[in-house]
Amino acid sequence: MNELTTKSALELAAGLKAGEFSSVEVTQAHLDRIHATEADFGSFITVTDDLALETAKAVDAKRSASEDVHALAGVPVALKDLIVTEGVATTAASKMLENWVPPYESTVHNKVKAAGLPVLGKTNLDEFAMGSTTEHSAFGTTRNPWNLEHVPGGSSGGAAAALAGFQAPLSVGTDTGGSVRQPAAFTGTVGVKPTYGSISRFGIIAMASSLDQVGPMGRSVADAAALHELLAGHDPLDSTSLPDPVAGFVSAAQTSDLKGKKLGVIKQLRGEGYQDGVRDAFSAALDVAAAAGAEIVEVDCPSISYALDAYYLLMPSEVSSNLARYDGMRYGLRVEPESGPVTAETVMSATRAAGFGAEVKRRIILGTYALSAGYYDAYYGSAQKIRTLVQNDFAKAFESCDVLVSPTAPTTALKFGAEAASDPMALYLGDVATIPANLAGIPGLSLPAGLSDGLPVGFQILAPAREDVKMYEVAGPLEAALEASGSRVLDTLAEGLTTK
Amino acid sequence: MLGQPHIGPFRTGPAKRLDLLTSKQTDERQGMTESSAITPEQVEHLASLSRIAMGEDELKSLAGDLSTILSNVARVNEVAGDDVPATSHPIALSNVLRPDVVGETLTSEQALASAPASADDKFLVPQILGEE
Repeated sequence: MNELTTKSALELAAGLKAGEFSSVEVTQAHLDRIHATEADFGSFITVTDDLALETAKAVDAKRSASEDVHALAGVPVALKDLIVTEGVATTAASKMLENWVPPYESTVHNKVKAAGLPVLGKTNLDEFAMGSTTEHSAFGTTRNPWNLEHVPGGSSGGAAAALAGFQAPLSVGTDTGGSVRQPAAFTGTVGVKPTYGSISRFGIIAMASSLDQVGPMGRSVADAAALHELLAGHDPLDSTSLPDPVAGFVSAAQTSDLKGKKLGVIKQLRGEGYQDGVRDAFSAALDVAAAAGAEIVEVDCPSISYALDAYYLLMPSEVSSNLARYDGMRYGLRVEPESGPVTAETVMSATRAAGFGAEVKRRIILGTYALSAGYYDAYYGSAQKIRTLVQNDFAKAFESCDVLVSPTAPTTALKFGAEAASDPMALYLGDVATIPANLAGIPGLSLPAGLSDGLPVGFQILAPAREDVKMYEVAGPLEAALEASGSRVLDTLAEGLTTK
Repeated sequence: MLGQPHIGPFRTGPAKRLDLLTSKQTDERQGMTESSAITPEQVEHLASLSRIAMGEDELKSLAGDLSTILSNVARVNEVAGDDVPATSHPIALSNVLRPDVVGETLTSEQALASAPASADDKFLVPQILGEE
């Protein structure tokens, strides 16, 4: 493996600045790595070699001419294929958008382009970001680089696998109920769900609009923080975008100390249903934090017990509404009925039957039910009230501690097919620890906290809304303390891949 | 079809409302504490509202899935009383408006480039009005 692909994004940025290597070299090394390993990992739906190298050349030229460039200029990035890229196919991993080439640009891609980050390609996901394993993609399987028989998590599974497989130093995912944090946990990488509205959603294919948020991902806290700084900021094109100044996330991660920090362990998120190995790794990480000077307290958030139920009513309701736009009329797939009259209505029904996968249909039908007259108050209305209760519980908990912590997921990466064998609720339960942050709009981050049976365990940190910087102030020094107490989780994988 | 009101996917009128309810569920609508069994016929109606053509196997399996999911999440209405306000949006921003100035938009050529069919600078769609 070319050593350029094992460097962190910030190491690459420093090397590019110092002229140790060029962006073309860095980008080519990652493209080579992608082509050598895609048969195993399947992280990408589309690889954009030419586009990436074109950007890399332009950045190298600017640097040689001593022009001012962004700190991350020339560092490659992979984008989840839910992020619209003008002129580059954007599929949402759905047959509905298989051949769609967007005529407009997302704010995320605009920012990435303006800063000069070569885009390596579009990563795989569960169709329209609905799923926790990436098995629901219409375009192939993504495997966990730690063990190819296990899923990478989801829905940003391709984004996470690209990082863990050293195919990309940075990834951008999206998180509606844990879709950045859970795959980060499953692959030993770092995934951030910022405060709702921190990063513009303009040009992000909508799933559940009151929950969706773009998430920066990397192999270290500081890398994810650097990408967060690049992507964050107010965007007039997104009415939910926050008009807040962007804080110094990287410096918060690099210069903070755990001494005196109060970490609140959420009582409801460490008990029943968690694998022993996950609980053990989480407790060991808490011991490391305590040894580094953090104070560990237990906090009670009783409404969190109902968060999953509320989410599985609110999310499908918004899905049923958002996905009504795929009607086969203006863009995307159009299918005519096999028999009977060809009318707008029969074409819509045939198109949506052929274009959507089983999980997407399940959620549309569930959402249509929850929003039906006669059920609206009992289901959707009640779920919205639980949302208020979860927010109140978090607000109260944050009065007594700086951040809240829990395992990111109750299990390590599942084996393929685990879902097919179980009922739909069993897999939904895997989101129990990540969903509350989406309901409340607060920021959350997952970082690796060791291994259980050879698979990574994720440690989640939650901070108050619009105070993402507090999450980095704990995540940075905790990552350093964990690495000092053992080995870097990803180094274990890198050694395995090198000798392979 | 002409003369019959066209009911959109997410606007179930009062006439349709009872189609979704079994008599047992109607009795339980206030409490909703017991599991709600969804029938394939109800799924068929939901599928038609959602404009998704479905075969019988799909209707049956979805009916089972929905029953399982709903019996798990139905307890949401046991938790919060009337005094708890609903939250529709995690971070409320109000009066978010853009400046009222003309900006760039897609040209009709760009907008039509990914259309399944177009003619005369317009989207070409199947017949939208029925014939008696």
